[in-house]
This record gives sequence, C-alpha cells and structure tokens, in this order.
Amino acid sequence: MSDSKIESGRQNRPPTGQEAERGTKETTYLEAIREAMWEEMTTDPTVFLLGEDVGTYGGAFKITEGFLDEFGPERIIDTPISEAAIVGAAIGAAHMGFKPIAEMQFIDFIAPAFDMIVNFAAKVRYRTGVGAPLVIRGPCGGGAHAGPFHSQNVESYFANVAGLKMVAPATARDAKGLLRAAIRDPDPVLYFEHKYLYRRIKEELPIDEEIIVPLGAARTHRPGSDLTIVTYGAMVYKAEEAASRISEEDGAELEVLDLRTLRPLDTSTIVESVKRTGRVLIVHEAPRFGGFAGEIASQICEEAFEWLDAPIRRVTALDTPVPFAPPLEEYYLPQTADIVDAARWMLAY
Amino acid sequence: MMGRKRMAVAGDRPAITWRSGVLSSLTSEELRELFRYLVLSRGLEERLEHLLKQGQVVGDLYDGRGQEATVVGSAFALEEGDWLAPSLREMGALLTRGLDPRMLLLQYLARDGSPSAGRDKSHHVTIPHLGLLGPIGPLGAQLCVLNGVALAFRLRGERRVCLTYLGDGASRTGAAHEGLNLAAVQRLPLVVILIHNRWAFATRSDQQAAVADWIDVAAAYGVSAASVDGNDVLHVYDETRRAVDRARRGDGVTLIVAETYRMYGHAQHDAQEYVPEADLHEWRARDPIDLFERYLIDSGFESRPSLAVVKEAARRELSAAVEEALSAPMPEPEGARFRTVEGERIPVPWTRRAAVYEDLGQPASTRP
Repeated sequence: MSDSKIESGRQNRPPTGQEAERGTKETTYLEAIREAMWEEMTTDPTVFLLGEDVGTYGGAFKITEGFLDEFGPERIIDTPISEAAIVGAAIGAAHMGFKPIAEMQFIDFIAPAFDMIVNFAAKVRYRTGVGAPLVIRGPCGGGAHAGPFHSQNVESYFANVAGLKMVAPATARDAKGLLRAAIRDPDPVLYFEHKYLYRRIKEELPIDEEIIVPLGAARTHRPGSDLTIVTYGAMVYKAEEAASRISEEDGAELEVLDLRTLRPLDTSTIVESVKRTGRVLIVHEAPRFGGFAGEIASQICEEAFEWLDAPIRRVTALDTPVPFAPPLEEYYLPQTADIVDAARWMLAY
Repeated sequence: MMGRKRMAVAGDRPAITWRSGVLSSLTSEELRELFRYLVLSRGLEERLEHLLKQGQVVGDLYDGRGQEATVVGSAFALEEGDWLAPSLREMGALLTRGLDPRMLLLQYLARDGSPSAGRDKSHHVTIPHLGLLGPIGPLGAQLCVLNGVALAFRLRGERRVCLTYLGDGASRTGAAHEGLNLAAVQRLPLVVILIHNRWAFATRSDQQAAVADWIDVAAAYGVSAASVDGNDVLHVYDETRRAVDRARRGDGVTLIVAETYRMYGHAQHDAQEYVPEADLHEWRARDPIDLFERYLIDSGFESRPSLAVVKEAARRELSAAVEEALSAPMPEPEGARFRTVEGERIPVPWTRRAAVYEDLGQPASTRP
C-alpha cells in the first residue's frame, strides 16, 4: 500500500485518528462493497473480478477504483460488453477452483446473461456434481430517476430457478458481510446492491472485526409486537419510517424484518415473528405480480395460517416498467405512506 | 519413421490426402489408435440407435455418425491436462479424451451410476480429471464457460489448452459470438472447431449466415483460421495440432472450419426428408472411416486383417459395456431432491429448508 495511492484516494480509506481511537470507521454502503472485495482479493488469490469498465475506469460507480493498480490486469479484467461471456467465463473459472466476481454494470444488464445463469450456473452442480462458486453482483433498484433499464429489481426473474442463492443487503454492515460470505459460498450467488443506498447509507463499522454475515439468515431491523413487515433492500428504510410514524401516531409497534438473503429464504424467522404479531405485511420494490411477496405469503399460509389475525397484504411497485420522470417514478415505487396505510388497515382488521 | 507417399485415388475427388507434417508426428500406433476411436464411436452410436429402438435409451439421440473424423481427429490433437467441451454430436471426442463407453451408455440409459447420476442426458458430462466440460441444451454456451477454464489456466500460469465445437447453427448464437470475441481479445488458449455440416435441425447453413465461405467468419474476431476436410481425420488432426500448439505458445485463438455433412437428421426422430438425397449420396461415398481405412491399407500402414482385429476388439468392448449398462439400476426417485457430491447429499434448492417439501400435505400445526 503506497502513500501515493492513499493520497489520490484510490486506496481503501484508512481510518482517521479519531476513528482509530474509537475503533470504528464511517463506512458507506458503497465502501462496504468495495472493502469486501478488496479484503477477499487480498487474502484469497483465487478471487478475481471481471466486468465492463471495472479496471481502467474503476467501475461505473467507482466501486473498484484503484483495484487495477493493486491487483493487476490478470485479476481485474475489463471485458467486452458481453454479459453472457462475462458470466460464462466466471462459471468456467469457478469450476477450476477460482472464486470469480462477475460485475453487471447495472443489474438490468443481467438479462443477456440469463441463459448462463439459469441454465448453466444454477444447474451445473445438480447435473454434473461440479459446483460453480461465483458471485454475480450489480446495482439494482429505483429512486435514481434512471428509467426502465437502469432501475429494475430482478430477483423474481430468478426466484423460480433452483440452484441460485440471492442476497439483497440493506445496511453497510450486511453489504460487506454478505458479499464476503457470497464470495466464499460454494454455489452461484446473485448479489443485488441497491444503488440508492450506495452513498446515502453510512455506518460506523468496527475496524478490527472481520465482518462476515452468513447467507440465509434474516435480521430484525426493528422489534415490534403488533405487526410484522417483511422486506429487504432499500424498502427496509421506508418500512422503518412507517413503523416510526405508526408508533408515534397510533401507538402500535411494528416489527421490521430485513430478509437480507432472498434464497435460501429464512422462513423460520418470518414464521416465528408472524406467530408473535399475528399480522404480516410484505413490502418490496419489485413489481407485485409474481414477486417475492407471493412466495412469502404462501409459505406463511402453509406454516402459520392459524396465527393470522388479518389477511396478509403486500405493498409493492406497480406492475409496469420503471418509469423515468420523477413524479411517475415516485408514484410507481412503494412509499412510506403506502406502508402506513396498509399497516393501519391491517391493525384495524 | 514411416512410409510416405501421396495417395493415388480413384475418381474425381481425393478420398484422403497426405499432408506434410502429419505423419511425421504420428506413430503407426497412433494411427491405429485414431482408427480405433473412429470405429468405437461409430459402433457405440450404432448400439445406441439399437437401444433407443428397444426403448432402453431415454429421450433421443443426436447422431454424430459421419462426422467422426472431425471430432476424433481434433480431440486427438490435445494433450493430457487440456480441456474439451463437446457440443451435441461429439461422441468420438469424448471417447478419444478417455471417457469409458460404459459411462456414456449409462448416461444415455439414464442409469444411476452414470456421470450425471441420471440428472442429465446425452453427453452433458463434466469430468474434471478427463478435462471434459459438459454443454447445456442451448448450444454455444459451453464456449463461454470454457473461456473461464482457459482463464484459470492463464491465472495459474499453466500452458494448457481448451477446445470446443460449434455447429454452423450454434455458431450463430449470441453466446458463441460473445464467447469467441472474449477469447480473442483476451488471447485465451482456445481452439474452436466450427463443424460446417450444412444443417442445424432443418435449417440450411446458408440460412444461418450469409458468408460464402465459413472461414470468413474468423476475420471478424481477429483470430487465426483454417479450413479442413472434416471427413479426413489426418487433415483435421494436422490443423488442430497446429492450432493447439499456437494456443499453448500463447498465440491465441484459432477457428477451424471443418467441412462435413450431417448424415442422420437432427435426432433419431428426424427422418430429414428435407435433405437432398444427392447430398447424402455424395457424402456417403466419403465416409470418414472408409476413407481412413482405405488410406491405412493402401499406404501400407495396416493390413485388412490387422484392422479387422481392431474392429473386433471394439465390438467386444461395446458388447460388454452394453450388457453392463443394461444391468445397472435406475436412480431412486427421491434422489431427485439432491445431488451427492463426494458422499455429501446436497439438497436442491440449496436451502436449509429443503425439508419443507416433506411437510406438504400435512396440516400445519395449530395455534395453541
């Protein structure tokens, strides 16, 4: 680690004196993703990164700035605009014992790699006994006024494919810990990082602790006793806002569960919470039809039907493409007021 | 080392040509070995056709008979440690890389002891110690994945080579374009055999691409290119060997266009009435095994009786393999839930709660 890199801001930012003293460092969601890759690449020579503009430019969002200098062109590979070739190469290298990270410049661009993911990566261990431990990550989500092709949430496209794992962190801690766990996982993991959170979420993360968050475990973001909101990604913050408002204005306490991992789904934590609160509202930013909420609702019906005191409800995006103009997009996306309305209806049921 | 003479061939087109550099690098044992793989592949596919008609082969057969010289000759040019990814008619390549015919029979019969343990069909097998990467149904995809194997070789500083096959149809997929292009810009150690067999299912190759000569497609990727008579096993071997050497030296990708003909339809269900009989007649006269056999005898490397011994040995090997495969059990039905890898049962989907499916049909526990 040379001083010049630190001065130019291209190295991971070292803790300030104050931060070192208190033992934590202010870390954005984006920095957490960057640090997870940096640390895994530093400690494990089998980890490498490939994608569009990840090297020379440092990634479209500058997540991998400085990686090319540090790790060299063999491990930071600028590829042609060929998502199928990117994911395919990651699968092949994974077969050979490497742990590749394939970056989609926007998660919307995962579509051209669909065959590689659902037909090759997802099925290969089942078919052949040979695993594909790769991570495919990219920025998802709306709120950035980026239009129909730079704003999507694609998890449901892959939800029906056995053999894939999927994570969607909401916090900087989870962004870091889940990515490290994903890189170490023996199966293909789709890692959905929410671009709206990149620079808006800042947390104090411990400097000396190795943060690894196991896949498949949900997290209670806010405890409550009257209604459970099951959500993930950027919607965790809208759900939290709604819960605060209802606590202040109605005196009811909403529990907010942050799924963190979408597959494998932590059904037992969801069911445990629902059995305590008797009401469950599922919130996601993806469109409603065929969305994750449908699957979660079904599982709750199978495992906790008799504990329900109100119908399960969903707050989701519209069943339309993500519109571009800010007022349209705001209308399209689930808002805090929508969650408050749905929760009140359920509490009154 | 060996007698060298140009083949004098009856008729107006050469049956098989002698090419400088080939015979000097192949011993007479290797020539016999090549012949063995050709007849083993042909024999295995004949057996499979028979077994399909008996209802033993599950599904269908994508017949590679008539294209054996292309696949055996190219696979023979690889060394131990190299990797190969078949497409859909490359039985001979798998055998040449050392896959036991018994394993292929078990696979086609969907038996428990097959490489995919009954989870996948035909030659969709990935066997790392043999350097075999299985394709998936959408062809062309295996090229993208094989690039990753080649990338791994380079990351480890190993001088190993990858080889795969694309039909004229599969070469038109997005995956094939993307894969070939990435391999080219990364100068990966890759050889691609483009099998111009004139048909992709029922679509003619001139409906696949508007090139006059399929070798022209190589220029767009900036890769080395060669064109071979795909029914001439030595020609295929020779050009592939050069390409493999080039890849091993670090000089990048070669696309070899093998001119041949699909003789038996897309699969067994396809009577290929759309294929002109004149074409089949012409290419039947250039059967790759007949050509090589005639060449070996006429050039004095082998005698008819010595080749008969090779054929008989292959026949016996296949008979024993068929018998063994037929006696192998089908997989247990509940095996559908998991894949066993090195003794460990890995549930599918990869979830801690795979057992939830066992609970279906049972009433959920009631509220206290």
